Amino acid sequence: MARTVTTQRKSLNTAIAWGIGLLIFFPVLWTILTSFKTEAEAIADPPVFLFFDWTLENYAVVQERSDYMRFLWNSVIIAGVSTLVGIVVAVPAAWSMAFVPSKRTKDVLLWMLSTKMLPAVGALYPIYLIFIELGLLDTRTGLVIVMMLINLPIIVWMLYTYFREIPGEILEAARMDGATLRSEIIHVLTPMAVPGIASTILLNFILAWNEAFWTLNLTAAQSGPLTAFIASYSSPEGLFYAKLSAASTMAIAPILILGWFSQKQLVRGLTFGAVK
Amino acid sequence: MGHIVLDNVKKSFGDITVIPPLDLQIEDGEFVVFVGPSGCGKSTLLRLIAGLEDVSSGTIRIDGQDSTAVPPAKRGLAMVFQSYALYPHMTVRKNICFPLRMAKLDKAEQDRRVEQAAAVLNLTEYLDRRPGQLSGGQRQRVAIGRAIVREPAAFLFDEPLSNLDAALRVGMRLEISELHERLKTTMIYVTHDQVEAMTMADKIVVLQAGIIEQVGSPLELYRTPRNRFVAGFIGSPKMNFLEGPEAAKHDARTIGVRPEHITPSPSEGVWKGRVGVSEHLGSDTFFHVHMEGCAEPITVRSGGEVDMHHGDAIYMTPDPGHIHRFDGEGLRIA
Amino acid sequence: MATQHSRSAARVMLAPAVFLLLVWMLVPLTMTLYFSFKRYLPLRGGDQGWVGFDNYVRFVTSSAFWPSVQTTLLIVGGVLLITVILGVLLALLLDQPMWGQGIVRILVIAPFFVMPTVSALVWKNMFMDPVNGLFAHLWKFFGLAPIEWLSQASMLSIVLIVSWQWLPFATLILLTAIQSLDSEQLEAAEMDGANPLARFGHIILPHLSQAITIVILIQTIFLLSIFAEIFVTTQGSFGTRTLAYLIFQRVLESQNVGLGSAGGVYAIILANIVALFLMRIVGKNLDA
Ligand SMILES: Nc1ncnc2c1ncn2[C@@H]1O[C@H](COP(=O)(O)OP(=O)(O)OP(=O)(O)O)[C@@H](O)[C@H]1O
Ligand SMILES: [Mg+2]
Repeated sequence: MARTVTTQRKSLNTAIAWGIGLLIFFPVLWTILTSFKTEAEAIADPPVFLFFDWTLENYAVVQERSDYMRFLWNSVIIAGVSTLVGIVVAVPAAWSMAFVPSKRTKDVLLWMLSTKMLPAVGALYPIYLIFIELGLLDTRTGLVIVMMLINLPIIVWMLYTYFREIPGEILEAARMDGATLRSEIIHVLTPMAVPGIASTILLNFILAWNEAFWTLNLTAAQSGPLTAFIASYSSPEGLFYAKLSAASTMAIAPILILGWFSQKQLVRGLTFGAVK
Repeated sequence: MGHIVLDNVKKSFGDITVIPPLDLQIEDGEFVVFVGPSGCGKSTLLRLIAGLEDVSSGTIRIDGQDSTAVPPAKRGLAMVFQSYALYPHMTVRKNICFPLRMAKLDKAEQDRRVEQAAAVLNLTEYLDRRPGQLSGGQRQRVAIGRAIVREPAAFLFDEPLSNLDAALRVGMRLEISELHERLKTTMIYVTHDQVEAMTMADKIVVLQAGIIEQVGSPLELYRTPRNRFVAGFIGSPKMNFLEGPEAAKHDARTIGVRPEHITPSPSEGVWKGRVGVSEHLGSDTFFHVHMEGCAEPITVRSGGEVDMHHGDAIYMTPDPGHIHRFDGEGLRIA
Repeated sequence: MATQHSRSAARVMLAPAVFLLLVWMLVPLTMTLYFSFKRYLPLRGGDQGWVGFDNYVRFVTSSAFWPSVQTTLLIVGGVLLITVILGVLLALLLDQPMWGQGIVRILVIAPFFVMPTVSALVWKNMFMDPVNGLFAHLWKFFGLAPIEWLSQASMLSIVLIVSWQWLPFATLILLTAIQSLDSEQLEAAEMDGANPLARFGHIILPHLSQAITIVILIQTIFLLSIFAEIFVTTQGSFGTRTLAYLIFQRVLESQNVGLGSAGGVYAIILANIVALFLMRIVGKNLDA
């Protein structure tokens, strides 16, 4: 690795990489910028980039029109609780697979992943009926259950790959030290796997936050999260770019900020634990 | 406390039988060493005793109680692993304290025992460090500390010194022996290093392919190995084996003589050969001698400095009192 | 590390996850199968009895069926192709020494955090709108006639939007894999006289094969079920109706649950074929 690289070469790399990075990031940047414009500036031809009259008015209008805070709270609850419940169910399962593997372990794991491949539309109507029957339609509880189930295979898989890096001897040592299975998992395994568990939580929180099939189809006024909030902006065509941008920014900002602060875990989590 | 009996214990992984049925008795307070070549089932046997693996059949009794189906946590044994298996997220203090916490001892007693163990093992100043900040030898001592605080019925060691460098290994060997002298608790110690076995054990169990070849004190094994395998495995450098006419002279299929029981001479002796490589260790010199009719060179020890070189003729005289005779099956002929 | 005790503990610990997923899989599946053999129109008379394989026949023979399968495979295949190729190139680039690598990495992974409804809306309105979109401005700037992206080049547009969302994921996995490559291997190859292209083909690419498999597996799982991107942009028109979207329309828009359920069974079969195929590869690579 200790290769010396000419400054010239490094400058070139930097220029190309920054160029491409900004290009990829541009839609996000453009949305954020537009959210501070007036509607007229938002569709100005030629487009204005930075030199316009910055205004917060769009945010005020959006908040007033559609009670952002309620959607935000729904998103937080649905993504947060479903992820945590998923972790509680998945940790023991991943422990079994990683530390007491059998011939069928791999099959079970692949089966779990394959349940994620089943088309959600195929299950939509049955779930819809069940939800009506159980009174879960348009409730946060209902969505928490669904989100937990659709992300469970990913959570189990990620935890499994992280757990496999932990030497089994340490758990055996705990067993010899008189630890029950419960203390073995709570006092030894979990603390050792904290980075992996954090990455798993983070990634699945984001996946649940961004999920847009079930959240759109199983919610209405009561329990809609931010995906539903933003979908309500898809119908009125015309001069509303600045407001759309403000709403979009409000929908993605929490995750962007979260991502910014927990980059390391995220980068680790984004690889689903599958690549070292 | 610490009397362990294996009765007809067998272990298979699927179709592969790693340990055919065996019996073994370990007395209270004994220091027992399992030795044998790599893959012979030493670790497996230890893990069966620990309860980390199930026996396929047979029974294990600890202090007279049938423990075959008792989970490891309840057997009252402590184990020191080759990789130390310290809890990386806990300080040394917490590591050592962990078994006590699990046993729900009261806090004052926990502290007292941890301090005591730390003092015994010279770990007092490291108590608040994490395992990652310790040297190999210190980690080893923490692992031992974690084992002794529980005051177990027996200690199980699985090649505890194999990750240490040579000098440290000698030091730790002495420390463990010292510990045994002090605690008088049963210790079962797995190694493939026969020097460790010879120096530490009260009783050595020699294993090959899961079968116990011989059980006995180090000197018994050295003086009267039951068969060729044990004879070749115990003792360093290895015993020399001769077949054919030389063996026939002693009414045996094979005879074995240890290097230290052969007297070399530049001029006269029973056997004649030619010096190959010689190794000068200062106190001793080992000659590897090529002899007509022998595939393997014969190793001969000579005290002090001897003036013989590569290619010189050499004469050797085995000590008649130390010639081991073996029959066609490799068993010792009395 | 396996005693009877720990094995039975393992079964108990695995049970809740397996049970939940089994219920999650079997209950809707059974109901879908049940409906698929019925004429069932919730808003127009409800359950009208058993019809045998009628729904199945009608679903496949409908003119929308094969195009929707084709669309599905095209979108999945197109996005996979783009993200894997660009992902490898981008990963190679990001692995080079440069200033501000961390920031570039954040810029590149940002699209992954954008929820699909938002990205679809933003692309649809602010970039692809034929009047006010940025692309329209750009085209006009070069004196070209603006394209109506979502109708004239609908598939391309959808693939573009979805690729933008998934490129960060592919790049990041591949970058991690490249960084785990032992640089001595590359140096040895260089000493052996391999030029950069040969080094890429013989060392880097084989090293990346496991990571690429993972990318393909995970993306396929998610891409087979993309919904919001189509729901928000074209609503399935202009040849962008995937199998999933077709079923969605049958069930929700035309309220023909029987027909939609038969479609659901076809989708399940398709997913299983893809899954079987993928699991073969991944199963092999999982322990590597
Ligand atoms: N879980 C297992 N499944 C199948 N075979 C196993 C398992 N554990 C051990 N074995 C086999 O049992 C035999 C004995 O292994 P064991 O670990 O006890 O050897 P050992 O004497 O400790 O060797 P070493 O000195 O190398 O540590 C080996 O052939 C090994 O391959
Ligand atoms: Mg071993």
